Amino acid sequence: MQASASPRLGANGLACRRGDRLLFRALSFELRRAEALHITGANGTGKTTLIRSLAGLTHPYAGEVIRESALGLLDERPALDPDQPLGKALAFWQRIDGCRDPLPAIKMLGLEPLLEVPVRYLSTGQRKRAGLAALLNRNVPIWLLDEPLSGLDTAAIEQVTGLIQTHVKGGGIALIASHQVLAIEGLKSLELGDYATPNMQKDQFA
Amino acid sequence: MIAALLRRDLAKFFPFAGGGAALPVVFFVAVAMLYPFAVGPDANLLSRTGGGVVWIAALLAAILPLEKLVAEDIELGTFDQLKLRGLTEEAMMAVRLLAHWLSFGPPLVLAAFPAAALLNLDGPSLHLLLIGLIAGTPGLAAIGLMIAALTASLRAGAALSGLLLVPLALPILIFGAGALARQDTASIGFVAAISLLLVAIGPFAAGAAIRAAREV
Repeated sequence: MQASASPRLGANGLACRRGDRLLFRALSFELRRAEALHITGANGTGKTTLIRSLAGLTHPYAGEVIRESALGLLDERPALDPDQPLGKALAFWQRIDGCRDPLPAIKMLGLEPLLEVPVRYLSTGQRKRAGLAALLNRNVPIWLLDEPLSGLDTAAIEQVTGLIQTHVKGGGIALIASHQVLAIEGLKSLELGDYATPNMQKDQFA
Repeated sequence: MIAALLRRDLAKFFPFAGGGAALPVVFFVAVAMLYPFAVGPDANLLSRTGGGVVWIAALLAAILPLEKLVAEDIELGTFDQLKLRGLTEEAMMAVRLLAHWLSFGPPLVLAAFPAAALLNLDGPSLHLLLIGLIAGTPGLAAIGLMIAALTASLRAGAALSGLLLVPLALPILIFGAGALARQDTASIGFVAAISLLLVAIGPFAAGAAIRAAREV
């Protein structure tokens, strides 16, 4: 499925700002097929900003983003209508993505008993799993995951880590921003704090 | 993809679909019902001023759903996810514009019949009112969408959008209600022209506003 085109994701001298603060600069990396990168960094170092910039949602302050192939994003907001039952909310994205067989992903993530429950009644972890189901059903080679494990219980953490592992082994790319330790083979790691501007560090420890 | 999006937007905004979605139409008819009680049952006065009241009611009914129109989907991340799927903000906003108009334009045109009866409007006036509303409501929808997108990331967005709409909607109101006062269809042509212009720039202005809202 994903091996047809060779996906690529990277940054070249990337610098991003939030408000009038430069969060990080001179960030360069490159991921090719079957590679995964774990972005670490204290709160406010710009993990989410980096991910949104890589996704093409915001423009970087300087540098460029290399993005070849379709890309999926999982963040704090699963983009599911709070008033709709989970099944209907997911069905919207299935129609958008032209997904024929959404059930395996829904079953795998244990969402089947929740399909009739309105999204606003779901817990953080359940919403996270629903967002992941939508991502799985998109079948895209590049995954950008912003705190994919937050709010998940131990069993779900193991399962999600396994899913990421499978995705990467299948030739995909995963970029994960997380405070948790990720048990994924061949996972590279990047500390975003290392790229912070001097100003920024003074701010942080003042 | 566009069809699926339109289907969802319609389900979200169409009257009688969810809680409070029928509000614009109820509001519109309520104004037409209350007006005769407020100014008294003078049939001449009602038929002379009724058309203008219907236009004001239509304008205000159009801004009732503004608060939910764009802000909610920015917060939910819907627009971000659609963008990742290759849809431009302009296309999303064009679909939203169509859904917004369908959710209040045609219902208001239908509600104009009971409103006209309540306000003692005669046949020619009703005729002008109907084609005026058909020509003017797309413009009102476009103004509403632009304002909703511009104010989506502001805390006092809802209050501000009401204020912003008034000057922008004036041309439509002047020519739309003016057609009734002068009993001529030429003004409706102006309404249609203004509407067309607003509908043409609406998705671009709203799309740019959504993009700008991301770059905080």
